[in-house]
Amino acid sequence: MREATFELWRGDKNGGRFESYTTMVSGGMVVLDAVKQIQAEHANDLAVRWNCKAGKCGSCSAEINGRPRLMCMTRMSALPAGETIMVQPMKAFPLIRDLVTDVSWNYRVKKTIKPFTPRPPDNEDGSWNMAQEDADRVMEFRKCVECFLCQDVCHVLREHQLYDEFAGPRLMVYVAALEMHPLDTANRLDELRKAHGIGYCNITKCCTTVCPEDITITDNAIIPLKERVVDRAYDPLGRLIRALTGDA
Amino acid sequence: MPEFQTHQYDVVVIGAGGAGLRAAIAASAAGATVGVICKSLLGKAHTVMAEGGIAAALANVDDRDTSRVHFADTMRGGQYLNNWRMAELHAEEAPDRVRELEGWGAVFDRTPDGRILQRNFGGHAYPRLAHVGDRTGLELIRTLQDHGIHQGIDFHMECTVTTLLKREGRVIGAFVYDRERGRFQVFEAKAVIMATGGIGRAFRVTSNSWEYTGDGHSLAYHAGAQLIDMEFVQFHPTGMVWPPSVSGLLVTEGVRGEGGVLRNSEGRRFMFDDIPDLYKDQTAATEEEGWRYTQGDRDARRPPELLTRDHVARCILREVREGRGSPHGGVFLDIAWIKERLPHAAEHIKKKLPSMYHQFKQLADIDITKEPMEVGPTTHYAMGGIRVDAETQMATVPGLFAAGECAAGLHGANRLGGNSLSDLLVFGERAGRHAAAFATEHPTASVDAGDLEAAGEAALAPFGRAGQGESPYDIERDLQDTMQDLVGIVRTESEMTAAQERLTDLRRRTREVGVTGNREYNPGWHTALDLDNLLTVAEAVAKAALARRESRGAHFRSDYPDKDPAAGRYNQILERAADGTMTLSRAPIPEMRPDLKQVIEEMG
Repeated sequence: MREATFELWRGDKNGGRFESYTTMVSGGMVVLDAVKQIQAEHANDLAVRWNCKAGKCGSCSAEINGRPRLMCMTRMSALPAGETIMVQPMKAFPLIRDLVTDVSWNYRVKKTIKPFTPRPPDNEDGSWNMAQEDADRVMEFRKCVECFLCQDVCHVLREHQLYDEFAGPRLMVYVAALEMHPLDTANRLDELRKAHGIGYCNITKCCTTVCPEDITITDNAIIPLKERVVDRAYDPLGRLIRALTGDA
Repeated sequence: MPEFQTHQYDVVVIGAGGAGLRAAIAASAAGATVGVICKSLLGKAHTVMAEGGIAAALANVDDRDTSRVHFADTMRGGQYLNNWRMAELHAEEAPDRVRELEGWGAVFDRTPDGRILQRNFGGHAYPRLAHVGDRTGLELIRTLQDHGIHQGIDFHMECTVTTLLKREGRVIGAFVYDRERGRFQVFEAKAVIMATGGIGRAFRVTSNSWEYTGDGHSLAYHAGAQLIDMEFVQFHPTGMVWPPSVSGLLVTEGVRGEGGVLRNSEGRRFMFDDIPDLYKDQTAATEEEGWRYTQGDRDARRPPELLTRDHVARCILREVREGRGSPHGGVFLDIAWIKERLPHAAEHIKKKLPSMYHQFKQLADIDITKEPMEVGPTTHYAMGGIRVDAETQMATVPGLFAAGECAAGLHGANRLGGNSLSDLLVFGERAGRHAAAFATEHPTASVDAGDLEAAGEAALAPFGRAGQGESPYDIERDLQDTMQDLVGIVRTESEMTAAQERLTDLRRRTREVGVTGNREYNPGWHTALDLDNLLTVAEAVAKAALARRESRGAHFRSDYPDKDPAAGRYNQILERAADGTMTLSRAPIPEMRPDLKQVIEEMG
């Protein structure tokens, strides 16, 4: 056990500051353990959002020493010993209080994306046949725990605040999971280009580097979607064929 | 009287895990207006942590499987204390509920011919668990969430119910605070569905998320509903034991289903040492046979590691207590050994158990493809809960329904792995459908202004003791220690009596709890308000466990180590008496229908 010093952001939408706390930690602990310990020992009303403490629910997103991470999956031993640990709320979302932000925007945007639309069932019992390799294509995207760290780090949202123009990496992954779903029949490419602003992504791959589920967001989700959008919107032959066949 | 923001719905669902979401979708499909109240953000509920799979007799992997076999397995696992009608409905309807998920976008692992793949699990005769690697719960909740948001359902996220509202003996709504601002809201409803999950936070070592504070159990109890089977708390045999900060975190039974074995410090597979008579015929005689079973050999019998959870947990505890445990007080769970049998074993393990690989690598610096894990029992599931009607899921109070873990009956004395996700779907759907029907037959009743005022005052009381009252975190910790140490896996009368005394004292201390700060997103206040729920379920577990003088399923008494046939003929009921005390009574188990009896006899 050793003593560790934390600087935790305390405040609300009207302003705030870092406050310093010390607590005893051991190498097996994660940052969320230490934050909860500080809450129980020194700051009962410290606002922090967490649920499973197992990296599965994606609730405890924060910026630890400036890097977007899940507090429950960041081990104390992975941080430089003896140095003060800074924990602050995600910057890309409005602050509610202390370490808790208002992430409701993500839920509102998700609702604007066309839902899953399966082809008719293959079998009489209402089931479908699907090869494992086809299922595997979307498994990576379906691992997403909706921690919104990719949204937090995306400069289109974080720096430029284009919340009305760009749906952000999380929702690009969501669209990719639908578009590449072996059973899905809907087409989301026009919305991707217009309402969801896929063109704003300029492939800096920041989202991929912070993903706690190691989803290769840019390469596997966004770039293939960009290619599909380009094919649909700008390939003259394809447009002609669609016009003739009545496929809007 | 203060003004409260008021919402009106036909059906209000409390909880947004698998059961709550499935209920909301069903109620909405039946034409009801639906509001869902959840303590967390949508999609974060404890269901996300379910790993192994959904039990349903699809017979995709082994065509000998039927709903009759599933029924018999569930009853045997529950030591025949189950509500047999629920077990029957569950087994019959689970396959449809799984197929329906696929129609809503769920992607399961596949068989070579493209059907939903199923895996072996403890207590199930055939490979029965539809799954996605070891993150089935996430797939389930995300599927229901992404489907549910397009069904016209309102979601009220980060809101907590402090009390149910009643009028003339019927539940008519809920009193709620929102976490963000701490403002009170009133939900008026023609029917209310409880889907709040379990009670694991009443124990120190648990696999459960923070939300599992027994809210639904406690709210229903205080509204006059009966609780049943509260003595049966499942301790999952394999939780992480090191590092201490993650102790209790679940290690899926899927590890054993894929060939993982349990060994003590002497390297012995101790599970072969004690096989209960009820399962002798179904258990492998040799290590070789056990291995063949995990690899899909239909003629092999299951390895003893896949016996029911209650039994495996007690065997692990025995090894630890007799000095044959691992360095950090557990035993060894080894999946790495399969490299002796399989080429590319490391890739196979990472593919089949990705979350486990990730979890141990990241939290314990252990590579499970190379070295064994250390595991020990962890509080996992409440078989007990709100007593419901098998067909409709209505509680013993009109207008109140319950589904999922907070409801009881399906699992009896012990739940089989995989039967909880199917439980959520089958009875979530039933609760939603029947609550919607109930709503068409009953008008909205106006809530009593005095009730609202009293609920508001009670919720704010801890602020009145700011700076002088006791910290809610201290009381919570003492409660968890009490239950863990005195009402845990192995129980005895003297310890449980001591626990009851401590709980009485904790009840007194809770009345003195104080919170600092203001009402905006104040976890200290939230914890203070959770205490009453935790205390209620702790008292219920202790009282029921003390009264059941036998060992059966998950309930093990060192002072009554044997099963008592007479005690196998009743369930224990807890109810709030007019004077506010908790009373216990026995309800005889109804005679099983002859055709179902025959199924059980045929299945041996």
